[in-house]
Amino acid sequence: MPRSSFINSTLSLGLLLLIWHTTAVLVDSNVLPTPFLVLNTLVDAVNSGELPHHLGITLYRLAISFVLAMLLGTAIGVIMGRYKKTNLFFDSWLIILLNVPALVTIILCYIWFGLVESAAIFAVVINKLPNVIVTIREGAKNLDEELIAMAKVYRFGRLKTLRHVIMPQLYPYVMASARTGLALIWKIVLVVELLGRSDGMGYQIHLFFQLFDITSILAYTVSFIVVIQLIETAILKPLDKQAQRWK
Amino acid sequence: MNRLTVDIKEKAFNNVDTEVTFTAIKNLQLELSNNEFICIVGPSGCGKTTLLNIIAGLDLNFDGSIQLNDEDNSDIKTSFVFQTPRLLPWRTVLENIQLAHNDEISLSSITDLLRHLGLSDNIYSFPQHLSLGMQRRVALARAFSVPSNILLMDEPFVSLDQPTARKARQLLLNLWQAEPRNVIFVTHDLNEAIELADRVLFLSESPSSVIADIPVDIPREKRNAKAIEIFTAKIQHSHQQLTHLI
Repeated sequence: MPRSSFINSTLSLGLLLLIWHTTAVLVDSNVLPTPFLVLNTLVDAVNSGELPHHLGITLYRLAISFVLAMLLGTAIGVIMGRYKKTNLFFDSWLIILLNVPALVTIILCYIWFGLVESAAIFAVVINKLPNVIVTIREGAKNLDEELIAMAKVYRFGRLKTLRHVIMPQLYPYVMASARTGLALIWKIVLVVELLGRSDGMGYQIHLFFQLFDITSILAYTVSFIVVIQLIETAILKPLDKQAQRWK
Repeated sequence: MNRLTVDIKEKAFNNVDTEVTFTAIKNLQLELSNNEFICIVGPSGCGKTTLLNIIAGLDLNFDGSIQLNDEDNSDIKTSFVFQTPRLLPWRTVLENIQLAHNDEISLSSITDLLRHLGLSDNIYSFPQHLSLGMQRRVALARAFSVPSNILLMDEPFVSLDQPTARKARQLLLNLWQAEPRNVIFVTHDLNEAIELADRVLFLSESPSSVIADIPVDIPREKRNAKAIEIFTAKIQHSHQQLTHLI
């Protein structure tokens, strides 16, 4: 029921805005601006071209590190899920990687490789990679051996087996790690920008923090949430639907 | 002229944890020639599926050899109808059959085959939208559409109701007569074996080997329930050692 769910989310968001507005009016302080003020700032920032510029750069970093982390993570995850000995050997590496705080990897990357773009991207990828590997490995462990045997009997070969037998089974796992990945990566990208870049959303928010410009921080945040939601509804959801049509 | 020789000296499974070795097959020899249809009957757990996996090349860890001799020295090309249909649920019926081919295959030859099996309305369906009987027919179509010289069948009609299974057996015989190849058909149902086979092979309990090789000398069109019953009684009489398998 798309209509009722639309009304539902509109009401829910409306309530949130109402609470925000009343609190802001009651508090009457510049640490909590009203939604209207934030919207005004947002429109100004868009018109000046400043917000699109920084948003664009952040989205570009997000896209590159997302694609790299997904590709690498899927490949390593499949190998670890399919080969028991490799998995046993490298499992401890994975646990270490999972437990190093994001901040540490980011700082180390900047120290070792310098304050450059590739260090920033690399830091984001390293933070996301272990999560992708763990999810995909789970999927690769649960592959249907009967279908793989069938592919072998009918001489599918490696590429055909991967494309028609293995990937469709991994698809739900890939989608799950893409979803959680998107949320995780944009948070890390912001920290990376804050620590060692001179553009992007993270840098801007840091700047506004130093200027104590709460309105701009909220305006930038709102714009970012909208963009991420657009990616979710315009790209990820249709992809999911397309792949599930056989069910 | 072709001849398939299966000679398995030993096939054992080692359990790594308990270090217990289980011998599934020992000194099992069988031969098929000139597109013969044989049925293999044996007690459950005697290694029938293991035998088929070895012949299909899915299990290479055994002592012995599988050889095919014919005029063109062709490789062993198996097609396999498994106990479950094993169709890719995310591909259509047509794609499932096309994927089993490594060369281009004409659409019309697949549609002809599917029409023959009563599936002409389901070419673009996904397997999950078909009944089990239809899925089994798709698996049959896939096995016959690829150019194999050995067809392995592992209880392919189990869990079908009687009339559907009877129809499926008739379709199988029609397909086999139209496109002959060596068939090894595993079943636990002796009636089914007598209805289909040129020869029926009996396997012993594991470690299994062939304990009887009985040609079925009734013409196929005369193999009705009555004739099969008489034939079974005859086997029981002439091969006393098989009584517990029948």
